Amino acid sequence: MPLIVTRNLVKEYRMESYSVTALRGVSLEIAAGEFVAVMGPSGSGKTTFMNLLGCLDSPTGGEYFLAGEKVSELSGDALAALRNRRIGFVFQNFNLLPRTSAVENVELPLLYCNRPREERRQRALARLAEVGLADRAHHQPSQLSGGQQQRVAIARALVNDPVLILADEPTGALDTRTSCELMGLLQQLNRGGLTVVLVTHERDVAAFASCIISFRDGHIVDDQRNADPVDAREMLKVLDREAA
Amino acid sequence: MTLLASIRIALRALRVNKLRSSLTMLGIIIGVAAVITMIAIGSGAQARVEEQIQGLGTNLIVLHPGSVTSGGVRMGAGSRFTLAEEDAYAVQREIAEVQAAAPQLRGTGQVVAANNNWSTAFYGVTPEYFEVRNWVIAAGKGFEPADLTGSAKVALVGETVARNLFGDADPIGQVIRIRKVPFTVIGTLERKGQSLMGQDQDDVILMPISTARNRVLGGGQAKQRSVGTIFIKVRDGADMAAAESQMRSLLRQRHRLQAGQDDDFTLRNLSEVLAAREESSRIMALLLAAVASVSLLVGGIGIMNIMLVSVTERTREIGLRMAVGARARDILTQFLVEAVTLALIGGLLGILLGVGGSYAVGHFAEWRTELNAQAILLAVSFAAAVGVFFGFYPARKASRLLPIEALRYE
Repeated sequence: MPLIVTRNLVKEYRMESYSVTALRGVSLEIAAGEFVAVMGPSGSGKTTFMNLLGCLDSPTGGEYFLAGEKVSELSGDALAALRNRRIGFVFQNFNLLPRTSAVENVELPLLYCNRPREERRQRALARLAEVGLADRAHHQPSQLSGGQQQRVAIARALVNDPVLILADEPTGALDTRTSCELMGLLQQLNRGGLTVVLVTHERDVAAFASCIISFRDGHIVDDQRNADPVDAREMLKVLDREAA
Repeated sequence: MTLLASIRIALRALRVNKLRSSLTMLGIIIGVAAVITMIAIGSGAQARVEEQIQGLGTNLIVLHPGSVTSGGVRMGAGSRFTLAEEDAYAVQREIAEVQAAAPQLRGTGQVVAANNNWSTAFYGVTPEYFEVRNWVIAAGKGFEPADLTGSAKVALVGETVARNLFGDADPIGQVIRIRKVPFTVIGTLERKGQSLMGQDQDDVILMPISTARNRVLGGGQAKQRSVGTIFIKVRDGADMAAAESQMRSLLRQRHRLQAGQDDDFTLRNLSEVLAAREESSRIMALLLAAVASVSLLVGGIGIMNIMLVSVTERTREIGLRMAVGARARDILTQFLVEAVTLALIGGLLGILLGVGGSYAVGHFAEWRTELNAQAILLAVSFAAAVGVFFGFYPARKASRLLPIEALRYE
């Protein structure tokens, strides 16, 4: 069974006098180990779709299975546990806790599954080392650059060994080179077997993914395999040459 | 998430906003300190009144000679010697509710012992007097029946008298001259302190009533066997009002008063006066504590206010915590623990300030204050309760946020 299966997913927002249908029956399968980019203009429903995939919101209709588990019927607490164990989030604005060191930010998900203190610290330090920030573990977000902050956020997303990384415009606040480095990190994680779903409205960023899904007006309008994804390592070399 | 982890997070959050946290705490600190100090002052005053009641004797009725009317002219209270020693014996004998009745004859005069002299009051009394007025013999012995029948020249001295006449020396066995009559001191009285009116109750000499009448006071009073005051102790649990009315009719009968005539004595129930005083000091203490509690309440509202600001400020943080796996109850616990921690730290500091404040009031205002553990415990649990009560609403508000909306909050 694929990692993600959605069947006729519907999301309706009810206001006082009218209602808005953000998703109008989305059916989709994403296999484990894919690198998927979700694209679409604003209002297309891609963010709503991401929130549903991330178990941050419940659908109005349809079914959603994550790793074989039927998410669309779970309670709030069960969704929280699922987010904690299965999903790692990366946000456009990083969402790190201010005045809190990098390693403590990374530990955060482990706090909510009652890991002992030493284990939390150990695992958080290991993840920071993986994203190349071993020497910045005790810096606070304000002392880190944007790219470094986003890597702390990725370490936090990885710390509880999720099956899925959801990245919502992760390069939105970064310059081209830093974006490229970050995409390289996501590609590297994907090569390691992790499923990555990325929301973006930039074609250049989507080009790194192996599969591109386009949304418009709450429907999937295009779902195609990217035969030749850009390799971030090659791209970096190009950028270096240009700079020189 | 474990409670310990919640407490750690709460302490960190409070540390981040040091000034704000301390100002919020100040409300609780002042509230708790005020409650502790006010209760200390209130119970100090109460203890003082209780002590005075103990000193006076419990269930006490006092009889004084009253006014008499002579040819249409009403004389003032105590203008005639209308109470006789026998009235006391009759009251004790004939009224079942009365435990003891003690007649008292009062005189003042210069007392001399060796080189020292001292002006004081002396009382002629019967052995019942000690029981009725709660006098305890500190050293030596009391009066024997033979001392009364034989008008023996023996005396018991109060602490103030003993100190003024003998200094640190033992007064027992010494000879003192009261109005030039030599007496042997056979005992000393235990210290009683000040009376309700602020008089020194220990500035006193007690002697048998017959001695006072026959050998010291002499004169007209001796013939009439009149006394200045009769103290009556009513049995515990007996009906004071019934005892009073029986006493009144007995005395009217003994004094041969006609139906229309005024009493020629006054009868006062001092315990009642004191009980009223005790009640008023109790109400005072309660009032003080209530006023102080209001400041604690205001402190609680301060906590709620700051927690609400904090929840709004940290909406994004709450959203993030939810996204990485915090359940609604984890968020609730986090903010509740924060509020309670704030209140408890404030409460502990408030205890220090309150204890210090009570001592300061006792020292500088010279009011009696009594700290009690119960009040302290009460104040702190009240502070914690304030934390829970005023922290709950903001915490619940935080826990009810939707993760996606909280994450997108600007």
